[in-house]
Amino acid sequence: MNRIRTIFNFYIEGFRNMTWGRPLWIVIFLKLFILFFVLRLFFFKPVLSGKTESEKSDFVGGSLVERIDE
Amino acid sequence: MIDSALIGWSRAQFALTAAYHWIFVPLTLGLAVIMAVMETIYFVRKDEFWKKTAQFWMKLFGINFAVGIATGLILEFEFGTNWSNYSWFVGDIFGAPLAIEGILAFFMEATFVAVMFFGWNKVSRGFHLASTWLTGIGAAISAFWILVANGWMQHPVGMEFNPDTVRNEMVDFWAVALNPVAIVKFFHSVLSGWMTGAIFTIGVACWYLLRGRETKFALASIKVASIVGIVGTLAVMFTGDKSGVHIAEYQPMKLAAAEGLEDGGERAPFSIVPGIEVPGMLSILATHDIDGYVPGINDILDGYTDSEGVRHLSAEEKIYKGKTALKAFRVYRKIKDSAPNAAAEVKKVFDENKEYFGYGYIQDREDLVPPVPLIYWSFRVMVGLGSFLLLLMCVVLFFSWKGRVKDMKWLQWVALLSIPLVYLAGQAGWIVAEVGRQPWAIQDLLPVSAAISNLSVGAVKTTFFIFVAVFTAFLAIELSIMFKAIKKGPEVEENR
Repeated sequence: MNRIRTIFNFYIEGFRNMTWGRPLWIVIFLKLFILFFVLRLFFFKPVLSGKTESEKSDFVGGSLVERIDE
Repeated sequence: MIDSALIGWSRAQFALTAAYHWIFVPLTLGLAVIMAVMETIYFVRKDEFWKKTAQFWMKLFGINFAVGIATGLILEFEFGTNWSNYSWFVGDIFGAPLAIEGILAFFMEATFVAVMFFGWNKVSRGFHLASTWLTGIGAAISAFWILVANGWMQHPVGMEFNPDTVRNEMVDFWAVALNPVAIVKFFHSVLSGWMTGAIFTIGVACWYLLRGRETKFALASIKVASIVGIVGTLAVMFTGDKSGVHIAEYQPMKLAAAEGLEDGGERAPFSIVPGIEVPGMLSILATHDIDGYVPGINDILDGYTDSEGVRHLSAEEKIYKGKTALKAFRVYRKIKDSAPNAAAEVKKVFDENKEYFGYGYIQDREDLVPPVPLIYWSFRVMVGLGSFLLLLMCVVLFFSWKGRVKDMKWLQWVALLSIPLVYLAGQAGWIVAEVGRQPWAIQDLLPVSAAISNLSVGAVKTTFFIFVAVFTAFLAIELSIMFKAIKKGPEVEENR
């Protein structure tokens, strides 16, 4: 437990004492926000998500077969 | 019917993301080594100057690392959305290396980057030094697993395609992990990062010399970076040679395109630029034998017999076998539950021809030829700039030891202006590797036309332009923070 607290404090103090690194953290959080809450949520919907393994096989198998004569 | 515009925009989107990602990655890989060497000198000599020097380059490493973080994740979003057939088809071959990469990257980087930045006064010098090296090693290990996945796409090994699940299933982990194409690609890519880090460091140091400030710091940085860069570049050349032999063996069309070689043969010439050739050189580079046979584009399309007497099928023969495999695949999937005995017979036909599975989607033999001018010139840009940058680092190191660099303004300008060139060389290398293997998403097994998801062209176009805007904004932010940090300079005492 003490070790976990020491590690936790190490990170907290590190962040607290940052000077030039603060704008970088803002950039990182902004980037992660854009990635996960904008792009991932509104623009990138995995085509196979929500399907079972067997449905995924059927979907891709069907898609590969459909394109044979294209 | 898959719209060719959809293929074009999906490829453009993926290429854009990968190209932006490769702006950040090589500098991370290269600066990690340079700052670790500097900290090692500090550890050995206990000289505060080297600590401050290492800390300055660590700061620039941190800026690049922070802005570049998670750019690669977008590629994974694209796999699931734009390349869903491909993502399912590659099965656990891709899943395993990317999972290892994700876990390693997260734990190693989260742990050791934190110690490196926050731990200067909290942990021992030895532990701090180990953390700095482990940050660089962690980044290289991450790159290794990504390149294992990429190497498999160039030369698929260690798997068995299962027509029931429509997935490639891993049968030999070590064949995948130690795929010779992946190993060579790993060293070639990571060491090119050393080159990027070195040219960046030398260029920035020369900027200080041009401004007449931080002279001692700049000269010390130039020495370390030149040595790291020269070692890296020589190793890049060595692995490039190995890569050439692999390409000749596993992706001969890519080699023929990179050389613009219409008709091959023994003692094949190497084209320096159109009209200037070195006789026999391509045979030496591709086979390590001046009499080695190198097929040209027409030979590969028409079929040929190599130096070993092995006959390679023509495009038409491969397409026929591919179509046979695909038809068997279609019938097998239709009857596997209702008529298992007949399905077993059909599966035999499939297994006999599955090596050419992807060729079944090829409509025209010319579709098997990648865009020759782009690959030909990208290869020359990569090799030409790589050679120039090696020469530059040798000249800089020589005059650095002679103590004359600080007075050579022209050399300082050349070094400063060379920073964009090292990025150009790296991007050109990836164009050769990735455009050169078109039309394949997975060599011989899956062309991009079959790998792609059937989305609307408008949706892909929209995300393409969103990416252009977002990536450019982040690049501008990085450059702005980086320029500020460089302008402020290191906190070293110059007169010590």
